[in-house]
Amino acid sequence: MSTAIAARAARSPRGMVLSAVLILAALAIPLFANGYALEVLSEAWFYVLLCLGLNIVVGFAGLLDLGYAAFFAVGAYTAGLVTLKLGLSFWFSLPLAVIAASIAGVIIGGPTLRLRSDYLAIVTLGFGEMVRIAVRNLAVTGGASGLVGISRPYLFGYKLDTIGSYYYIFLALALLAVAASHRLENSRIGRAWKYVRSDEDAARAMGINHAAVKLSAYMLGAIFASIGGCFYAAKMTAIAPETFNFNQSLLILLGVVLGGRGKIPGVMLGAIVVVVAPEVFRDIGSMRMLVFALSLLLIMLLRPAGIWPERWRWG
Amino acid sequence: MSLTAIFLQQLANGLILGSFYALVALGYSMVYGVIKLLNFAHGDLYMVGAFAGFGSLALFSGWLGAGWAGIVPSILLSMLAVGLLGVLIDRVAYRPLRDAPKLSVLITALAVSMVLENTVLAATGGQFTAFSTDLGFAGIDLGLVHVTYTQMVLVGTSVVLMVVLELFVSRTRYGRAMRAIAIDQDACRLMGIDVNRTIALTFFIGSALAAASGVLAGVYYGSINFFMGFLIGLKAFTAAVIGGIGNIPGAMLGGLLLGLLEAFGTQIPGIGGQWKDVFVFAFLILFLVFRPTGLLGKPEVERM
Repeated sequence: MSTAIAARAARSPRGMVLSAVLILAALAIPLFANGYALEVLSEAWFYVLLCLGLNIVVGFAGLLDLGYAAFFAVGAYTAGLVTLKLGLSFWFSLPLAVIAASIAGVIIGGPTLRLRSDYLAIVTLGFGEMVRIAVRNLAVTGGASGLVGISRPYLFGYKLDTIGSYYYIFLALALLAVAASHRLENSRIGRAWKYVRSDEDAARAMGINHAAVKLSAYMLGAIFASIGGCFYAAKMTAIAPETFNFNQSLLILLGVVLGGRGKIPGVMLGAIVVVVAPEVFRDIGSMRMLVFALSLLLIMLLRPAGIWPERWRWG
Repeated sequence: MSLTAIFLQQLANGLILGSFYALVALGYSMVYGVIKLLNFAHGDLYMVGAFAGFGSLALFSGWLGAGWAGIVPSILLSMLAVGLLGVLIDRVAYRPLRDAPKLSVLITALAVSMVLENTVLAATGGQFTAFSTDLGFAGIDLGLVHVTYTQMVLVGTSVVLMVVLELFVSRTRYGRAMRAIAIDQDACRLMGIDVNRTIALTFFIGSALAAASGVLAGVYYGSINFFMGFLIGLKAFTAAVIGGIGNIPGAMLGGLLLGLLEAFGTQIPGIGGQWKDVFVFAFLILFLVFRPTGLLGKPEVERM
């Protein structure tokens, strides 16, 4: 243990310098990038947030969640309803979204925790579809056309209505997500997640409350996505049910698995690849999902732990 | 329409829908029963089967016509092609991961499903393809409802395939080998069973059944598309769970029950067509929580 801490201390100056340089570069990008590049990069930071949230469930706790877009939808619709139907400031939607996402996390996690891992995957998929169908059918959520005209929020008297401001918002959220992931990973609960992931029975024998541990993974993952969803709604000003379909859940999962489940820099890399690659290779156009599907299959067969793997055998 | 007529009509609809679900659920359940793999790609094999049947019918209709004379060989050809595709998928994607952690296998199965779906999407441009046949609406009037010959043949074909499968698994040595593998793969190897070949055979049969269901659905609904496998895959899984996954009569029962449930569910005021799928998933979750072994399944402990 002490050698590991010493190794980390020895490594950290270089890592900190590198991180600082990368953050400075990310901060400086809007000074010279055009609107299109900022649009793409904002989305990349947004996906970093979503993928890190899903990584808590899939990477740290080792539970497959195929309906993660539902939590993203919970946040986006909370923001939309708070500003449009209640007429409140956007900032009220953040605490409400956190509460709503926690409840959603418990609703999906609670009854399914005792299920076998593969049943869990299907149930989360079904849950994701149920949320999408529900917001499409309900009148209050605007039906199939969704909610339109969500007002842009003000921050310190400055209206967030340029792509540059959202670039910084999503960058800040991504950095917060990284910091939170690091803190969680090295906390008591983070170690419990990984213990349950590698051997649930042994973890229970050591006195870990596996149900609470799994539930907390769902809840925290859901909170990441719902906060992202709030800002997504503010940026787009319009949200529709089809944004939160199964493909959305798959893309987020793809970022996590491609990059490296459980490894924070790996997941960030995966998220950026998922967003930026289709823009760089514009020619693939409609074949985007096919290329993603093939790369997911190849990575699972050739490098199952991801491009930048965690130092733990995923098998 | 009188209430009785509505009831009988929904009974007929439910049985037809249910027999599609049952056929797909059988393959799901078989593969799961033998190697404990949740084959996400199974619903997509149904979809590929529908397209293979469409292609074959285009080939055969020139000299056999687009009636049953052309449809039956199309079904058989599609079953053969998709069966082989299932074997190929097992060989390429699943066999290398036989001993891998479950999460890896599940993600791989998901990847296979995405590859199949998006390949067909790229090939068809995402359009709905009209599956036109010469089958008319001729049939017999059973009191208040009109049942076409097509509908009767659909249900009949499903029932025959299910009976044949049940006999195959319970009476032949290959079926016995499958059941043995479900219990202990290593012991099977020691007893001289070719495990990989038996699993390949399981995939062949399961995929062929999904293909048969796909072609029949194409014939019945008259339209096919790349996305048709997604929802039916989920519902077939639900059917398999309701019946007791890994259990063949259970899959049939679950499929028929789910079909009837859906047909009658659409008639309940307030639920109707648009909430139908929410209804089905809620049912699935309730079943998994309160009776995870299904109606006919035996209790089982997850293997470590």
